[in-house]
Amino acid sequence: MSLWQRHAIFEKNSIVLIIGILIVIAIGGLVEITPLFYLKSTIEKVDGVRPYTPLELAGRNIYVREGCYNCHSQMIRPLRDEVERYGHYSLAAESMYDRPFQWGSKRTGPDLARVGGKYSDDWHRDHMRQPKSVVPGTVMPAYPWLEQTELDYAHIEDDMKVNAVLGVPYTAEMIEKAKADVRTQATADAPEATDLAKRYPKALARDYDGKPGLVTEADALIAYLQVLGTLIDFKLYNDKANIR
Amino acid sequence: MAATARKPMTFGEGGTTAAFVLLAFLSLMIGAKAYTQEYAFHAFLFTIGSIAATFAVLNRYFDRPLQPIPLFIDGKPNYNMGPVKFATVAAVFWGIAGFTVGLYAALELAFPALNFDLPWITFGRIRPLHTSAVIFAFGGNVLIATSFYVVQRTSRARLAGDISPWFVVLGYNFFILIAGTGYLLGITQSKEYAEPEWYADLWLTVVWVTYLLVFLGTLMRRTEPHIYVANWFYLAFILTIAVLHLGNNAAIPISLFSPKSYIVWAGVQDAMVQWWYGHNAVGFFLTAGFLAIMYYFIPKRADRPVYSYRLSIIHFWTLIFLYIWAGPHHLHYTALPDWAQTLGMTFSVILWMPSWGGMINGLMTLSGAWDKLRTDPVLRMMVVSVAFYGMATFEGPLMSVKSVNSLSHYTDWTIGHVHSGALGWVGYVSFGAIYCLVPWLWGRKLYSLKLVNWHFWISTIGIVLYITAMWVSGILQGLMWRAYTSLGFLEYSFIETVEAMHPFYVIRAMGGALFLAGALLMVWNLWQTVNAGEPEPALTPKLVPAE
Repeated sequence: MSLWQRHAIFEKNSIVLIIGILIVIAIGGLVEITPLFYLKSTIEKVDGVRPYTPLELAGRNIYVREGCYNCHSQMIRPLRDEVERYGHYSLAAESMYDRPFQWGSKRTGPDLARVGGKYSDDWHRDHMRQPKSVVPGTVMPAYPWLEQTELDYAHIEDDMKVNAVLGVPYTAEMIEKAKADVRTQATADAPEATDLAKRYPKALARDYDGKPGLVTEADALIAYLQVLGTLIDFKLYNDKANIR
Repeated sequence: MAATARKPMTFGEGGTTAAFVLLAFLSLMIGAKAYTQEYAFHAFLFTIGSIAATFAVLNRYFDRPLQPIPLFIDGKPNYNMGPVKFATVAAVFWGIAGFTVGLYAALELAFPALNFDLPWITFGRIRPLHTSAVIFAFGGNVLIATSFYVVQRTSRARLAGDISPWFVVLGYNFFILIAGTGYLLGITQSKEYAEPEWYADLWLTVVWVTYLLVFLGTLMRRTEPHIYVANWFYLAFILTIAVLHLGNNAAIPISLFSPKSYIVWAGVQDAMVQWWYGHNAVGFFLTAGFLAIMYYFIPKRADRPVYSYRLSIIHFWTLIFLYIWAGPHHLHYTALPDWAQTLGMTFSVILWMPSWGGMINGLMTLSGAWDKLRTDPVLRMMVVSVAFYGMATFEGPLMSVKSVNSLSHYTDWTIGHVHSGALGWVGYVSFGAIYCLVPWLWGRKLYSLKLVNWHFWISTIGIVLYITAMWVSGILQGLMWRAYTSLGFLEYSFIETVEAMHPFYVIRAMGGALFLAGALLMVWNLWQTVNAGEPEPALTPKLVPAE
């Protein structure tokens, strides 16, 4: 019996066919995905990476809600022009707490992986309110409602708890103080800012949207944008340290 | 009434009713305690849907005769074409909706004032609406309609299940409704092509498993010894999409009362899982499923057997084996480990071979019937779709080569590539199948072949405008990003590269408008076929000898 005739077993038995399909489609995924969970070289250990503060996390969720990934990447490739345009190429560790990852696949707008600290808070607020006011040729939609909408952080602890279950090192203290931390980080010269920075190194407590006493969605989003790519000090980063 | 009282309720009727009553209560409770208004709105839709479903199932039970529906009438299979008809109409409806939203998104990029500062229609929210509407709503309904048609005809058996085929069709379209309104309201996971949140994903899982069972059950009922090749592709598509959907959408909601969830994968692992899913949504949803359409509708329309049976065996197994590996080519030069990128690239290049094997099998099926291309624009549409498939599956491996990808990635070239596959391949093979199906299902002659011809040419010009505009803008932008002055500085600021895109975005929108115009001609043609077409009894399924 030729091999072609042996194929009849798949053609005459739907269960054999379905098992055959399952085996054939399983191989590629298993080979490519499973090692990423145990090969240590996948995510190198880098000093400085920390979980998002509650305000940054809430800001990230607004970034997710508005679908910013449709036009902005967060992944700088190790190519000369990208490194010169955007900064050091992105490391796996920098998105290790990102659920979901937001590397993106299209740059209708520029990469945002290291946008933190590049522009002032005022610039961001004006840019969200009316992008053309600061970048005349832009095609970005305006997001004026962000600074007019109060941030809903009534359940921010739930967000952090789920992240903690999934392995993000949020401590009980962080979760307990989440709401207070949101307010602290959105206030200029808050006395609790040093306490916040102890829990979240480099966390910047400012009035991001220029609306004192009000925590808006713009506060959260700008806080998130301003932390992007700033956590690792590349003057100290040794890119040979993890080579084995 | 005494007779109806003694009519026994089937397990399916009783179980479905109970499940929907429970779901109605559950969603009512969730709606009452929902964290956000948007989520409450969705819970409310679930309540309404469940009540309507309960009513429909019970009403059907009271109306139906005592005996179950016969599987055969006079020795001929008693095909169940109701769900097929519904999915066909839904496909046409969502197709127009999806093309329109796509055109609007294209216009927003050309003329950003069209965002109108409104949250619901910003580009970031309607772009996923467009992609989901065309892929899952239009494409999905085409696949459900054709698979339910093809599996019955090629198995010579009535669709398995009584309520379940309707549950698949209606439940799937309910998922589309939840997903689409969700995007507009800002409910999204922001995972490309997997944007719906956890509760929509759970609902889709139930619908999809039912779909798999109905399909498999029909295959098991077949009175033909062999499972026809189109059904292998359909089965691979249904099964693999189930696996991908579950893997990529594994998430923990922050509460039963919140639409928000967090994906269990993070960062680099999430990226890999996402593109394992994302690329195989292309490979199995947009390729394997539509290849099944090719393997049934082209031979039927051309009245010729499939070119090579052995080639279809090789095509099938190599295609489904190789596709799964190709995902990492979406992550070239990223923080994904190099070994995974190299694997993705290698397998993507190898994938060119089965893709073209399949294309040859489809095209050569016309051996001895090439003259029909001159007289039958429906067949021409399907053949051109296979040609577009060949072009897109050549371009894909090319773009997966790392050095090419370093230029093409993040640019419109990708968008152009997707649309040569989506408009040319998926769109045309779907239109071809719909032009075949509607006359077969409603037993009428197609109203006008001339209109099909117009549809073909208008949308072909549209596609050509679209993909050439995107090639030029993509390569132009990629080159501008990496251009250096003689002094060694970057030559262009980012915004200069954005401004350079404007003319191509206008041309692209024109291409999209033409494609939409062609599809509207199709709607008119189909409407006239169903409502004013000449009856053609010979075309009704019951009277045609099954193959």
